[in-house]
Amino acid sequence: MSGPQNASEPIPGTHLFDGDAAAKGFELNAMCYSFNDAANRQAFLDDEEAYCAKFHLTPEQRKAVAERSVLGMIAAGGNIYYLAKLAGIFGLNVQDVGSMQTGVSVDNFKAMLLAQGAGQTYDEAHGAMIQKEKVHG
Amino acid sequence: MAEIVGAYFTSHVPAIGGAIHKGLQQEPYWKPFFDGYQKVHEWLAQVKPDVAIVFNNDHGLNFFLDKMPTFAVGAAAEYHNADEGWGLPLYKPFAGHTELSWHIINSLVEDEFDITTCQKMLVDHALSIPFELAWPDVAAWPVKIVPFAINTVQHPLPSAKRCLALGQAVNKALQSWTGGERIVIIGTGGLSHQLDGERAGYINPEYDTFCMDNLSGNPAALTHDSIHEMVRKAGTQGVEVLNWIAARGALGVEAATEIHRNYHIPISNTAAATMLMEPA
Repeated sequence: MSGPQNASEPIPGTHLFDGDAAAKGFELNAMCYSFNDAANRQAFLDDEEAYCAKFHLTPEQRKAVAERSVLGMIAAGGNIYYLAKLAGIFGLNVQDVGSMQTGVSVDNFKAMLLAQGAGQTYDEAHGAMIQKEKVHG
Repeated sequence: MAEIVGAYFTSHVPAIGGAIHKGLQQEPYWKPFFDGYQKVHEWLAQVKPDVAIVFNNDHGLNFFLDKMPTFAVGAAAEYHNADEGWGLPLYKPFAGHTELSWHIINSLVEDEFDITTCQKMLVDHALSIPFELAWPDVAAWPVKIVPFAINTVQHPLPSAKRCLALGQAVNKALQSWTGGERIVIIGTGGLSHQLDGERAGYINPEYDTFCMDNLSGNPAALTHDSIHEMVRKAGTQGVEVLNWIAARGALGVEAATEIHRNYHIPISNTAAATMLMEPA
């Protein structure tokens, strides 16, 4: 299931959801897919441990979910379209999820998006965001 | 003979639905985006389509990873939205055009496109939001639909070249349809954005501009990059531009005329874009 022999250069900070990831993440993504049903979202909130066990999450997946680690979930094969349904249970939107993955405050993450709208390149806006986070936390 | 009146392209960010629901269209954050649809409303009122061929991508509502078609075509009498996991208000249902769906399906398979046919297909925000933006005040949609779902979720994704060819094969199918419908082509999603990974928040106006500049007159220019290079340039979810490329193909092989464009950064994490084109 690995990519072609002549696979292109890796893309920094980017994890392609390929066959390897889809196989590795099947259980986690299946659990997240179940959250399309409100009753399942409530069952997760009522007893997270039991709900994760029902979907046979791997130890790596269970740990990432327990720690609310988005990057951990992606490393464990999670796909963002499915993970977004889990994030919704906690009231998190894609800016919240972006801040969790970049390690900055939500306000700084949003400012980075707005800076790109104001004409900064991603690299400029991202660099300023990291700098601001270091200075102000 | 059916007439293709043109093509409408738009981003489909879920937050747009929330803004519509809360009536935020004139708020400073949203106004530059929503103002881009005035021209869309005028154009649709003028060309009066009654069928829409829509190229979009499912976000884990209809398809799970147990079965993931590369190209899926709806052949249902009606299409419904459902809870996408966030408990939001549901979008209006759509009427299908089953005869046209099967005509297109037959023609595509004859042309060696091995598509998946769906007599049941839930549709998510990727299909509903473009309609909410296009016809904001209607009780029921004024068009019947034939939806296409392109896999932009699980790699390997179909190449841009293949998506353009798929669209062109759909155009060929429409040319042999004997009904008198007025058909609008719709492509949804994009443009550049990335939700996942340490590069979350990545936007690339340079690549988006390249895509928009070439889509009408030279869509083949968008097909030279591999999917991997498209992810590098457009972001992991920016590859939804594949829906635009397929839709452009369905408009026909001749150069098309761009009649409207709006581009605004950011809407949520996305470079939001809107375009209208007419056949040459």
